[in-house]
Order: sequence, then C-alpha cells, then structure tokens
Amino acid sequence: MPVIVELWCICALLALAVAAIPLSRHGGAHAVIYGGTGLICLVGLLNALTALPASPTTLALPLGLPGLGTQVRLDALSAVFLAIVNLCGAAASLYAIGYGRHAAEPARVLPFFPAFLAAMSLVLLADDAYSFLFGWEVMSLASWALVLADHREAANRRAAFIYLVMASAGAFLLMLAFGLLAGSAGSVAFSVLRAHAPEGVLGAVVLFLALAGAGSKAGLFPLHAWLPLAHPAAPSHVSALMSAGMTKVAVYGFVRIAFDLLGPPEWWWGMPVLAIGAATAVLGVLYALMQADLKRALAFSTIENIGIIFVGLGLALAFSANGMKAAGALALTAALFHALNHALFKSLLFFGAGAVLHGTGTRDMERLGGLIHAMPVTAFAMLVACAAISALPPLNGFVSEWLTFQAILLSPDLPAWGPKLLVPAAGALLALAAALAAACFVRIYGTVFLGRPRSPAAAQAHEVERWSLAAMLGLAGLCVLAGILPGVVIDAVAPAVQALVDARMPPQAGTAWLSIIPVAESRSSYNGLLVLLFVLGSAGLMALLIHRFASRAVRRGPAWDCGFPDAGLRTQYSASSFAQPIRRVFGTTLFGARERITMPPPGDLRPARFVLRIVDPAWEGLYLPLARGVWRLSGRMDALQYLSIRRYLGLVFGALVLLLLVLALWA
Amino acid sequence: MGLIHALVVQGLQMALVLALAPLLTGFVRVMKARLLRRRGPPLLQPYFDLARLARKDVVLAGNASWLFRAAPYLIFASTWVAAALVPTFATGLVFSWTADLIAITALLGSARFFQALAGMDIGTSFGGLGSSREVMIASLAEPALIMIVFTLALVAGSTQLSTVAEHMLAAHVGLRVSLGLALIGLTMVAIAENARIPVDNPATHLELTMVHEAMVLEYSGRHLALIELAASLKLVLYLSLIACVFVPWGLAPAGAAPLALLIGMLAYGAKLALGGSLLALFETSIAKMRVFRVPDFLGAALMLGLLGTLLLFVSRSF
Repeated sequence: MPVIVELWCICALLALAVAAIPLSRHGGAHAVIYGGTGLICLVGLLNALTALPASPTTLALPLGLPGLGTQVRLDALSAVFLAIVNLCGAAASLYAIGYGRHAAEPARVLPFFPAFLAAMSLVLLADDAYSFLFGWEVMSLASWALVLADHREAANRRAAFIYLVMASAGAFLLMLAFGLLAGSAGSVAFSVLRAHAPEGVLGAVVLFLALAGAGSKAGLFPLHAWLPLAHPAAPSHVSALMSAGMTKVAVYGFVRIAFDLLGPPEWWWGMPVLAIGAATAVLGVLYALMQADLKRALAFSTIENIGIIFVGLGLALAFSANGMKAAGALALTAALFHALNHALFKSLLFFGAGAVLHGTGTRDMERLGGLIHAMPVTAFAMLVACAAISALPPLNGFVSEWLTFQAILLSPDLPAWGPKLLVPAAGALLALAAALAAACFVRIYGTVFLGRPRSPAAAQAHEVERWSLAAMLGLAGLCVLAGILPGVVIDAVAPAVQALVDARMPPQAGTAWLSIIPVAESRSSYNGLLVLLFVLGSAGLMALLIHRFASRAVRRGPAWDCGFPDAGLRTQYSASSFAQPIRRVFGTTLFGARERITMPPPGDLRPARFVLRIVDPAWEGLYLPLARGVWRLSGRMDALQYLSIRRYLGLVFGALVLLLLVLALWA
Repeated sequence: MGLIHALVVQGLQMALVLALAPLLTGFVRVMKARLLRRRGPPLLQPYFDLARLARKDVVLAGNASWLFRAAPYLIFASTWVAAALVPTFATGLVFSWTADLIAITALLGSARFFQALAGMDIGTSFGGLGSSREVMIASLAEPALIMIVFTLALVAGSTQLSTVAEHMLAAHVGLRVSLGLALIGLTMVAIAENARIPVDNPATHLELTMVHEAMVLEYSGRHLALIELAASLKLVLYLSLIACVFVPWGLAPAGAAPLALLIGMLAYGAKLALGGSLLALFETSIAKMRVFRVPDFLGAALMLGLLGTLLLFVSRSF
C-alpha cells in the first residue's frame, strides 16, 4: 500500500535525523546523510507518483493522543504535494552532497534537514487535525533550527526570532480553524470533519482563519514579513527547500481546508482569496525589484509566485461555487501546475544563488557580475530558471500562467457581480506581476552573471562541485520538459482536481501533436513542443544561412561604449540603478522610495553620496503598530504580577463567570 | 495534398513577412522624410544596410559571453515565430493552433528578455541604461497588451488569432466601445514596443533619449543585421496584428484558392502601406516625450485595456 511506503519513508528520515546527531562530527557525514535523504525522497517521489491515480488509502496508527490515535491518508491531493515536496527534497539532497561540505557547523544542519522533510511529509499525510498540526509545528521548528544554523550573525538571529513568532501565530490561527471545524463535528478526524461541514458564518470564519494561518506560512501579503528574512538566512539548499517545498505544504493546508473539509463553497469565498492573491503577486515582485541581496530578491519572488497560485485557487473557488465545474477544474489545475513549476525553478534559483555565494563569498548583487565566464554551467542553468520564472515560452512557467489567463477569460459567465468586476482587475494585476517578474529576473541575471565583475571576489569566482551542477542541470531539464509536455502534468494532477471540484480538464494525452486544449480547440490551444521546435528551427536556419552567405569573421576588441576608452567598472549599471526607473514609477507611492544625492561643489574632493530609503508598507503600517501595542499592553499587564491573594482569587472567579457566560450564550 | 497546400501557404506567409519587413521600415522613413520636405533615403535602403552589415566582420567586445552572440538569433527567431502566427493575408494557417495571442505576447517578451540581457552583457553604462528603460517600458506595455488581448478574446470568444479574425470578418460584430478602446490601446502599445516616437526615437543616437538603440550599441556586423531585421519584423507584426483584428477585409479563408490568396496579399500590402503612412504622419506631428512621462502614456493604454475588459465583463454587448 503506498501510504505504508510513505510512512516508512518518514520513519527512515527521522532515523537519519537521529543518526546525524552523533555522525555530524565526522568528516564524511554530510555525504551519508544527504545521500540517504536523497534516496528516501526518491522512493517517496516514485511512490507518490504511483499513488496519484489510485484510490485513497487510509491507515490508523496506534500513536498520538490516547483514544485518538493517528490517522493517515494518501489521496490524489496529498500525492501531488508529496511528489512536489519529495522532488524538492531529492534535488536539495543531491545539491547538498557537494554544497553541504562547506557548512561551518554541520551539527546545526545535518540532523534537522531530514527531520524537516519528514515533518512536511507528515503534514501531507495527516488525516486528523491533531497529527496535521503536530506535523506543522515540527516542520516550523525544524526549519527554525535551520534558519538559526548560522547563528553568529545578528541578522539571522533576528530573522529566526521573527520567524518563530509568526509561525506560532499562524499555527494558532490554524488551530482555531480546526477547533471550529471540530466543534461542529465532535471529532478531529478529517473524515468526520468532512461529513459535518460548518455552514454560514462559521464556514466563512474557518475560511479566513485558514487563509491567514496557512497564508502566513505561504507568504501571503501582509503576513509575509518573516519570509524574506528567514528564507535567505538558512544555508542555500535549505532556502530552496523552504521556498520551494514548505510554501507548497502551506498551500496544501489551505487547499485541504477550503476545498475539502469545508464542503461546498459559498458564492463569494473566491473573492478574498483572489484579491489577496493578486495583491500579493504584484507587491511581492515589486519588493523583489528593490532588493540588492540576491537571496532576498529570490525570497520576495516566492511571495509573488504564491500570489499567482492563490489567484488560481480563488478563481477555482469562485467557479466551483457558482456551478461552473469545468472552469473550476481549469483554474485549480493552473494553480497546482504553478505550484509544481515554482518548486522546480525556485529550487534551481536558490541552488544557483548558493553556487554564487560559494563561488564568490557574497550575495550582494552590487558586488557581483561577469560570472557567466567563471561559472558557465551554473550560469546556463540559472538562465533557464530565470526564463522559466519570467513565464517565457516554451518553458514551464508560461504554461501555468497561460492556463490561469484562460481561466480568467471564462469568468464573464460568473453570475454574481462582485467576481465579475474583481476578476478582470485581478487579471490586470497578474499580467503586471508577470511583466515585472521578467524585469526582476533580467535585473538579477544581468547584474550577477553578465557584465564585468564589480569586485575582486566576483573576478576570482570558481565553479561549484559536480553534485551541485548535476542537481541544477537536472532541474533545468525538468523545467524544459514540463514546458514542452504540459499535457502530461495536466493529466497527472487531474485525479486531485477531480476529487476537489468534481470535474477535470479534458484529457490531454490524446490530442494531436501533444497540444494542450483547456476547453475547446476553437477557443485556444498551445503547443510548447512546436513552439520550441519553431524557435530553434528558425534560429538554426538563420544561423546556417548567415554562416553560409555572410561574413563569418569575428574580431575581438575593447568595448565601443560610444567611444569612451577604458570605462571603469563602476560605470556599469548596478542592480539598484537598473531598478531605478521602475522604482520611480511604482516605488515612490507604494514604498515611499526616496533618493537623496549629495553632490559636493566643484573643486571639493569629497565623494558624491547617493542614499536610497525604502519603507516597507506592511512593516510600517501593520507590524510596528502591533508590536508597539503589545508592548504597551504588556506594560499595563505588568501590574498583574503584584496582586494580593484576594485579588488573584477575584480574578479567577471573574474569569470563570465570563467563561460560563460565553458557554451559556453559545448554546 | 491539403497538408502540403497548408504548409506552402504557411511558408509563403513566413517568407512574406520577412521579405516585407525592411521594405516597410524603408517606406516609413521615406514617408517621414517627404513629410519633412526632405528627399530621404532610397526606399530599399534597409535592404542595402542589411546586406552591408552581413558582409562585415563582427567586432566583439573582449568580455562578450556566448549569450551576447546567441541572443541575436534567439531575438530574431522568437520575433519571426510570433510574426508567423499572425494572419497576414490568410486565416486558418496551419501553425495557428500552435499558439494563441497570449503566446505571441510572451514570444515577444522572450525576444525582449534576451535583448535586455544582451544589453547588459558587455558591462557598459549605455547597455544597462537601455535595458533598464526597456524593461520599465515593457512592465507597463505587456500588461496593457494582455488586457487588450482579453478584450479581443472576450468579443470573439477565443484567444486564437485566426478565430478572432474570422469572427471580426463576420458582419455582426459592428462598432463596439470595447473594440474602440482596444484599438487605441493597441496602437499605443505598438508605438512603445516598436521604439517609435514619442516613446523612443529609432533614428537617434543621443544617449539621454535612446532606449532600443542603447541596448544594441555594442552589436556589429551580422549580429546587428539580425537585430535590425527583428526590429523591422516586429513593426510588421504589430501592423499585421492591428490589421487582421480591426480591418480584416480581404483575408483569405483557410484552404483558399490561389486567387483568393492573391487578393489577400494585395489587401495586406495596402493595409501595411496605410499603416506605415499613418505612423509616419503621427511621428512627424509629435515630439518625443521624456522617459519618465512614458509610464503615464502606457498607463493610459493599460487603463484603456482594463476598461475594455471590464465593459465586456459587465455586458457582452459593449
């Protein structure tokens, strides 16, 4: 039974985690641990793929709370996300066999890495609220420990603290959501919750709690604040796993509650999801455009992609609530497809960032440049990833975006007015996010890999090990494959879509030339394979013609640069100067971006100064007031420490009366 | 037989756009010169330029990478494939179901992606300047184009360009507010995307104003020829796109006889000439705007597209 195989995988990962504690002192430990983790993930991945089309299998384990036990279940939705997480895990392990050798303190990474993966698998397998939340918390704690791996830097300690606070808050909201679900059902097993779906206001409250709880883990605006701090702080293979894998587990949590446990959706449920998703997408990519730190920019781009996934989920909710099942299936397929795509290219991007960090010792884009010469393989793999995440055909990112646009085009048939007006606005925001993402990745690739080295460190860069290169090239290959054979992915996720919205996209396996057709051929069709062949064919044809009939000679000379000889390295466009036009267009109002240039008068030898100030609206508008409020409140509450016994008893009595009152009113 | 016919027509179309592209560029230049009461270059000057560039050696900057050398081919190929997907003289071309309007937008995006990267490859300030401005312009032009695509797709019920053109040919479409908005928006996007006045000046080499030319400043020889050809192709593509959606008359239906194809080609030539003349007229009568006013210009295009889409979401009859 596939579910048993997955459970054994979890056990094996936990055993590896325990074994890593004594092992991590030895030199070759990282190869053993990462090699073992990679193999287990591979088994888990293959097993999840075989379980995808099969019917759900359940199992009750005599573990956990007394009288409750632990229920696990492997259905198509779990299998999709298990495949994604295990794929990330396998790739990250392969990468880390080479990369992990450089860890300063392996004992701070090795035990937690397999434990993190095991916890994510447990969340995906859980079939009762208790084991779900248990897995969720273990996942948070393991990743928190990994964020703290490099604890000597103050910035990392701060990131880990904020992460811990936000993770606790998110888990608390999820606990409330499950509590409300269980309150009306009388049990925490998902099978019972599913049968007693709450109605009316209660359902809406659960939806919002799930959106906030799972969304804070996924990085939805404005609950994303911890993400760009925590994801880059961890070692790069862990950053990849957090950004590509853990956010998907959070998406899974939301999908499980909103599509499965909550029963049939109300007509308006899609709207908040859609609005928050679209806002997250645009703001995430704008944040990413302002960053000079490579890994932070990638982390913000994760927020953007999560926004795109939630737009798909919101559309799917809106469609299926209004009886448009085929359209709902299309939107949900687009969201799941994008979840897979993001896992592929974001892992690859973080691996590349790790390679850059290893090769040059810095992740400050202003000090990089010209790495395409020193790190050719990494540069090639990163180019594929940057093109894929910018949604360029024929790579995979384009397909999921195209499917989302096709779903948006079906929305005028929605009967309600709210979604009718909201959906085109969300479409415009999505298109804006896509265009800005392309700008963002031109900026990242151009400043890191192209141009001339901006620092001695970048000039002396070197390529990374073969293991890491193999992981990157493998993922790049998968990005291309998923882009040119999208029908395979669509058909693979179809069982999960069928189970959630009671419809699926038309089977793509039989269409001519491996095209994909979302609704009908007359509406639209797309063929990634042919686009690839056409582009390669016409480029090849032109190259052939030119090399046959035109001059083939190449001379090398100094750059022309409008006739300026020997322009200094500092005259190059840097990451922040590249972003300046976009910062001026979008940043001045949204981020309060202010540039101050101090020019000394002529003759003065002082250097000119350029100071850029950017305000994070979420941080300034939400978190700081909240923190101040908590601080003030705790100052008041401080008095409670010094009460007399009589007053304490009075307090207890008052609390009791209040609780009984609530109970009486509730009933 | 049917497939061979279809392939021949498709091949003809691809060859036609490629052959016509420099002619259109030359035509616009001549028209602009005449409107300014200058004599102007010969009509065929772009062909001479391309031939001359192709014969010259390539002078590469010392630190140019493979990306810099591969980019012209990728830029050209993406633009050409995108242009091949737009119906010019006939609808229902055999490759038209490979990709739709959204994919055409994305293919043009690919070309721009590689062009912007190539601009940054040498590591001079001009290349970076051009790339940075280009992506800023694109970040507004692309969503505007997508919203216009939405408008067209909602009117025609398809994002497939052949189907859209056939739908527009059918008489019952009539005059619509949303289509009017889309036409204005599409024209604005076309002007911005083709680096024409008032957004950019294709004839300039003034550092402060140029966008497209700054990116390709380091190119020479055959690489520059390819990029110039791709730029001309892009202009043809946008004019064909506007023509096939808004003035589809004369388009030959799928599998048409040679005579209908010939009529289609004549009509297409006339449309290109008209479009080129209007472009020349527009460019001579307006001044170039500052770079930071471009967002206002393109923001208007985006709003027009969004308005068109919103109107159609509200009621199909707008």
